[in-house]
Amino acid sequence: MRVVNKPLRKKDAMALVTGKPVYTGDLVGENALVVKILHSPHANAMIEDINTSIAMKVPGIEAIYTYKDVPQKRFTMAGQTYPEPSPYDRLILDQHVRFNGDAVAIVAGENEKAVDKALKLIKVKYEVLPAVDDFRTALDNPVLVHPEENWIANCPVGADNKRNLCAQEVDGNGDIDGVLADCDIVLERTYHTKANSQTPMETFRTYTYMDTYGRLNVLSSTQIVFHIRRILGNALDIPKSKIRVVKPRIGGGFGAKQTSVTEVFPAFVTWKTGKPAYMEFDRKETQTAGSPRHEMEMHVRIGAMKDGRIRGIDLHTLSNTGAYGEHGPTTVGLSGHKSIPLYNKYQEAYRFSYDVVYTNVQAAGAYRGYGATQGLFAIETIVNELAAELQMDPVALREMNIVREGDIMPAYYGEQTNACALDRCLTETAKRMNWKEKYPCREMENGKIRSVGVAMAMQGSSISNCDIGGATIKLNDDGFYALTIGAADMGTGCDTVLAQMAAEVMECDYDDIIVYGADTDSSPYDSGSYASSTTYLTGNAVAKACMQLRESIQKIGASIMGCDVEDTEFDGKKVYRMELEEGVVNEVSLIDIATASMVNNNYETQFTATLSSPVSPPPFMAGMAEVEIDKETGTIRVINYEATVDCGTPVNPNLARVQTEGGIAQGIGMALYENITYGKHGEILENSFMQYKIPTRQDVGRINVEFEASYEPSSAFGAKSIGEVVINTPPPAIVHAVYNATGVWIRELPVTPEKILNGIKEKQS
Amino acid sequence: MLQIKQYVKVTSLDEAYELNQKKNNVIIGGMHWLKMSSKSVGTAIDLSGLGLDEIVETDDAFEIGCMVSLRQLEKHEGLNYYTSGAVRDAVKDIVGIQFRNTATIGGSIFGRYGFSDVLTVFMAMDTYVVCHKAGEISLREYAGKKADRDIIVKIVVRKRPVQMAYVAQRHARTDFPTLTCAVSYMDGTWNAVVGARPLKAEIVSSDKNMISGEDPVTEAEDFGAYVAGKLTFGSNMRGSAEYRKQIAAVLVRRAMLAAGKDA
Amino acid sequence: MELKFILNGKKIVTEIEADSLLIDVVRDLGCLSVKRGCESSNCGLCTVFVNEKPVLSCSVLAARVEGQNVTTLEGLQEEAADFGAFIADQGAEQCGFCNPGFIMNAIAMFRENPHPDDEEILAYLSGNLCRCSGYEGQLRGIKAYLEFKDSQKGEA
Repeated sequence: MRVVNKPLRKKDAMALVTGKPVYTGDLVGENALVVKILHSPHANAMIEDINTSIAMKVPGIEAIYTYKDVPQKRFTMAGQTYPEPSPYDRLILDQHVRFNGDAVAIVAGENEKAVDKALKLIKVKYEVLPAVDDFRTALDNPVLVHPEENWIANCPVGADNKRNLCAQEVDGNGDIDGVLADCDIVLERTYHTKANSQTPMETFRTYTYMDTYGRLNVLSSTQIVFHIRRILGNALDIPKSKIRVVKPRIGGGFGAKQTSVTEVFPAFVTWKTGKPAYMEFDRKETQTAGSPRHEMEMHVRIGAMKDGRIRGIDLHTLSNTGAYGEHGPTTVGLSGHKSIPLYNKYQEAYRFSYDVVYTNVQAAGAYRGYGATQGLFAIETIVNELAAELQMDPVALREMNIVREGDIMPAYYGEQTNACALDRCLTETAKRMNWKEKYPCREMENGKIRSVGVAMAMQGSSISNCDIGGATIKLNDDGFYALTIGAADMGTGCDTVLAQMAAEVMECDYDDIIVYGADTDSSPYDSGSYASSTTYLTGNAVAKACMQLRESIQKIGASIMGCDVEDTEFDGKKVYRMELEEGVVNEVSLIDIATASMVNNNYETQFTATLSSPVSPPPFMAGMAEVEIDKETGTIRVINYEATVDCGTPVNPNLARVQTEGGIAQGIGMALYENITYGKHGEILENSFMQYKIPTRQDVGRINVEFEASYEPSSAFGAKSIGEVVINTPPPAIVHAVYNATGVWIRELPVTPEKILNGIKEKQS
Repeated sequence: MLQIKQYVKVTSLDEAYELNQKKNNVIIGGMHWLKMSSKSVGTAIDLSGLGLDEIVETDDAFEIGCMVSLRQLEKHEGLNYYTSGAVRDAVKDIVGIQFRNTATIGGSIFGRYGFSDVLTVFMAMDTYVVCHKAGEISLREYAGKKADRDIIVKIVVRKRPVQMAYVAQRHARTDFPTLTCAVSYMDGTWNAVVGARPLKAEIVSSDKNMISGEDPVTEAEDFGAYVAGKLTFGSNMRGSAEYRKQIAAVLVRRAMLAAGKDA
Repeated sequence: MELKFILNGKKIVTEIEADSLLIDVVRDLGCLSVKRGCESSNCGLCTVFVNEKPVLSCSVLAARVEGQNVTTLEGLQEEAADFGAFIADQGAEQCGFCNPGFIMNAIAMFRENPHPDDEEILAYLSGNLCRCSGYEGQLRGIKAYLEFKDSQKGEA
């Protein structure tokens, strides 16, 4: 391949490093109203009375809206293909506020000072209700988070709002109880992960204005322009034809922006007032009224034989969707379907059951890994616990049990692995980590102890039989091509990666492809950038569209030469006759074809391809952490992280590497630093970067990433996804390393020095 | 959001003092804390025109102006030579360089923050706070006093012969400390200052004849346990009282051994 | 109140309020590279130079820069492109939102310490958060840039 698999610079790189104004907040018109929300100070309450008359008197205030002013049709803010599995349980503003931070009123004014002042002057009388604050007690709790009658579940996900149930299912294969009863050893453990925040550096923000045609234009930092159009249509109860959604450069997403967080509020203001409006969540709002990871508690049983054969896994996941059900029914599925299949070899049976419950805390959403992260923490840790019980090397135990190329995976919807280098990922990572020598630990001269830990991960590539990849390619003057997409580059580099694919098929220079996206008025339909779909699914759409354009170019060339298209070929620069003839035109350059296509031409020069995939090929990886622990204080430092990824063909090795390094750093944050705790009124205490500690560059050690390529036959270039799988290994690998240093298993994240020291003390006594 | 009605860059300490007597007026230091509050400030009083941003080293003291930044402390050769790098060790993990370029020693000391690395390390030395009206008070006394409307002009460290070291317990490297600890040896007495308990720093000194220096390892162990036993500890998001008490003994021991090495 | 200062080498006279923050004033004056990522002085996105020193413009009262020299990335375009190219060659710019603050502070580091080792680089830039890159690519880019600078000097 000429352009694919090359480490090219991102198309937008130089604009970004020189600080050009390309983000939503840089593009806001001068007269835009400032829009802010009054947030609920209670975890569960009814608004008895709300008085805005004094606040309205603040000079510069344009409008204040309460629950009395908004449409009464429920909708979901989840960015998912219709019909969304997430329940329709939201109103723009509701008389019933369901978490500390929920929206109570919208204030729009000429400037921030006026709006801030008005926010303080809104008088609200609440009837404070008891709250469901522990997700373990939510199911069938007498307190209902959604008692309302107009609550709707569009899909059969086992939801029942009268039981605080957002989704429920039992899935399985084989006789799990029988298999476990027959095993030499069965371990039973419970693991707990928290509601981590994605913390993109750019917080949620949206700019809205009316255009020449009386349509609502929405410029927003989002991963899902088309879903936002539907969500806004539903929320505002207006025709979707009245809405256009565009995303500029995005300052990071990680799934946070796969949910509509800010869009509905300024959109409502602009629709009502006709005036441009801008809303920017500050960091506190982003931390407390955003769309974080689902907190999950996983109860696992694993059965194995003395020789290490893993014969059965039984996983029950309890997932906390918080006050609203965005992504609740879907994230949970990945906790089992993207963890259990790793141990496929001797697996005779599995059971995967789950409950997703409503509680009165911040509503969860989509966060890189999307449930797989939580499930893999549980499964990978219990496998490490099993290795310890069996006194086997955990790498050897894995080598014996892992899924391999060609296997059918019952726990992964019966799909077959057509590309799988997990075995090589594991071996190569162990080699580079020097596992044999370093496992389990060694005392250092400074009195500290260094240890290693291992974990593996898988994910998917797009949502099979559901989501859509779309791409449009157009021939222009001089023979350059315009690629238009509906997928969203959020720093991931998909504009670049997709351009590389287009250049590969069109046999042109990478610089001859320009990319534009995403705009609901002009982009081809695409579900958006989530579920690890863009490289795989939209990539295939790009290849398909380019093939169609090639054919058409050849036809134009043939017609100029006056010959049959079957007698010609196109090499990216010219269309030529395969057999040269005398006295006729034997070749036409692409430039001439492009020019000719704009005069008296009846051939298409623009093609849109749309496709969906029957499969979701999993990328795989292995990760190993080396940590240093101070046994007297419990202090833990990551020294070194080795990872090997099988993402099929890395389309842009630089971008794939940085995706991986970034995912690992995020995973280290989840493993060690990023906690969520609640105060007396259900408020999140980690509501700033001062309290919610994402890793600095001094906190992640040195990360080294390599690739073990496989070739995915259903992809035009053998590619699978990479965006999500990379976040999954650090929590279990680090927990494993802690055990290898101290003998202590920490089953609730994050790992803290205090937990380590307490564990050590317990062991000693 | 913080609101300020008026900004005054004062031309004299008297002017600043005068302005500062009004309750809703405030002296601005690095503004990192003030900015996060939702106070309504009448007059923000800026001392940055008074030349109080220098560290003056004399034969027997360091005089540190209240507007000296944490970054200046970190980089000052004389001060770090005198403290064997303890001052640098105390401030180097505070957020980041940009933060330390504007956060001031005056603001840190005036705030008497529980988590303060700065208060901890300076309390381990023979340090005085010079206030505009009250004059010179020892830092240890100042730390125990309630905030008033006087103005810190400078911090003075008397150069008594000292051996010292600073250690802190942090989880994420630039997070607030879970515990701070400075140990110094001056005039035959060992002093341990322990802060972020999460209460503000307090000092525990060795009794006479407690430490002979004959068996430094055992004595450091004992002194650590002694200090941890003397102090009270509390719980917050970063750790429980029990955890803090345990590691206090460890940190004091380590700091004492590190300080002793320079003997 | 009136504020006079020098922004990227140009004399500026502008109207501010007593509580205007430097970040908002420079953004209003068109320096949109300066970003806000938090309210708690932790993220480093809003880094600008005041008299050549990197500071957090979200925590500086605009009134305080009266008569001073303020530099944003708009005033360092050549250096930003020079160094930024090395970050781009790693793909480490990613979403780009933290880049201006990070690149400002990296430039401050190069000026203060032209030959930092790895530990010094990590410590100097610790106040610049990035959620995309995992920092490793930024470190590779910095080292490649420093090597390039050294080799240039060697040739000169």
